[in-house]
Amino acid sequence: MISNQEIVEELAAHFGDKVLEFEEPNGLLTFNTKAESIIEVIQYLKESDRLRFRFLTDITGVHYPDAEGKELCVVYHLHSFENAIRLRIKVYLPEAKPDIPTVTSLFAAANWMERETFDFYGINFTGHPNLKRILNMDDMDYHPMRKQYPLEDATREDKIDALFGR
Amino acid sequence: MPFLEDNMTEELKNSKKTTDALALNQPIQEENEYTTLNLGPTHPATHGIFQNVLQMDGDKIISGEQTVGYIHRAFEKIAERRPFYQITTLTDRMNYCSSPINNFGWHMTVEKLLNIEVPKRAQYIRVIMMELARISDHLICNSILGVDTGAYSGFLYVFQEREKIYEVYEEVCGARLTTNMGRVGGMERDLSPTALAKIKDIVYNSLPKAMAEFEKMMNRNRIFMDRTIDVGGITGERAMEYGFTGPNLRAAGVDYDVRVMEPYSSYEDFDFEIPVGHNGDTYDRYMVRNAEVWESLKIIKQALENLPEGPYYANEEHYYLPPKREVYRSMESLIYHFKIIMGEIEAPIGEVYHAVEGGNGEVGYYLISDGGRAPYRLHFRRPSFIYYQAYPEMCKGLTISDAVAIMSSLNVIAGELDA
Repeated sequence: MISNQEIVEELAAHFGDKVLEFEEPNGLLTFNTKAESIIEVIQYLKESDRLRFRFLTDITGVHYPDAEGKELCVVYHLHSFENAIRLRIKVYLPEAKPDIPTVTSLFAAANWMERETFDFYGINFTGHPNLKRILNMDDMDYHPMRKQYPLEDATREDKIDALFGR
Repeated sequence: MPFLEDNMTEELKNSKKTTDALALNQPIQEENEYTTLNLGPTHPATHGIFQNVLQMDGDKIISGEQTVGYIHRAFEKIAERRPFYQITTLTDRMNYCSSPINNFGWHMTVEKLLNIEVPKRAQYIRVIMMELARISDHLICNSILGVDTGAYSGFLYVFQEREKIYEVYEEVCGARLTTNMGRVGGMERDLSPTALAKIKDIVYNSLPKAMAEFEKMMNRNRIFMDRTIDVGGITGERAMEYGFTGPNLRAAGVDYDVRVMEPYSSYEDFDFEIPVGHNGDTYDRYMVRNAEVWESLKIIKQALENLPEGPYYANEEHYYLPPKREVYRSMESLIYHFKIIMGEIEAPIGEVYHAVEGGNGEVGYYLISDGGRAPYRLHFRRPSFIYYQAYPEMCKGLTISDAVAIMSSLNVIAGELDA
């Protein structure tokens, strides 16, 4: 068993300022890293004998349209079965150039997760073997989970958001 | 003459015609011609809508590519505009074979965000309903695997039991398939005497009998074993790489179960075992699911015997819909009822990942709240979406009939896959 504090110390010692902003929302260790160091961070977490984060739980995206220069966020959830602990890694990317290396070489499961994230957020996973849309149709020309695409037709007048608490 | 003979030999050597090669007693040199076969999108054997484009060499599968998304309903986008209680109905429609697990998983995620402590009785009721849901999920998977390998009667034995479980759902929440069971903060009503009687009838009486009959018919059946043993095997290592969870991962020998590793809803109170296989093939997946049905029965029996007294919902008037009787009688309840229904309740800022053990594996909810009335971002970790990637690799070198059995034993649910 290993605690969040020990993971933080080990990562900070090994990566220095490549890993930053450690926090623990609801007890789950979360930190940020840069797109160029994501591969080495995840590889270290996976191959370290002590940490053993050998299970990729999830990859997903988040869009923060108001955050200048880091509008898009890729969120990785890793899990160490041996230590029974999870962690979350976030990488912020600019909307103008949302490039991040793929982790398909480390986890086969990342293939579709990254395709889904590309499909919905337009994040470009460089080096991905087959980066195309997965759930939406191929000739769609936008990435629908971005916040600028409202769920309902914005010109409708029969639904007043203020009245329905939206 | 020698000139003519030489000429003919040269011509025949270049020819690829079988008859010519035979005449020269040479090995037949033909370029392999692969057939492309569409398994799906609407094929009865896929049990859901997804397309598999398979490259076939004769009747052997060489490679495959899946097309998914035929029933994508944009749940994550819809969820960004819905108040929290309305999202429960979206979770129903993911793994529709075990909806209550998805419902409670979502409620627990919100409770984690809001820091609500749910009373023990509600937790036990949830455990009972979740285990019934797991049983019905596994019964469907295993009995359909029987149908796909040519044993129809087993399906009929256990479907009777699934019907009884659906009757319990009906008694508890009023619906059968898309259950929308429970509320944020507890259950919408207590278990009625009828529901308790029905559950007891299932766990003590009818289900063990039907399961014994089903297992007697299938487990050591020569035809079934020949069709499933060493078909679609995957190693534990590879299964982990592919993000397998649940019975499919345990069949490959990795004993990961969310209920044990991160107990939620009082699972730590119950004594049960995690069945594990070791080949990760179709037969092991079948056996693990069968064993899990027995373990679920054990859990339900313990929960029924130790069902605590007390309230069945947390006293959180801001978030828990007040009982209808109160709405008609007290001012505050009417106000809270109105505010919750109109979605005027704001959730605190926070970030939560909560996982539950669904029928197919780890169902995860990643919720980001910006303090508004709807989630800022909600992502569902859907186990079948993740492990279905491994399907072409598992079918490689096998025949179509094996591919059908593998798909049944993986229990890929289109609704969950496409969200």
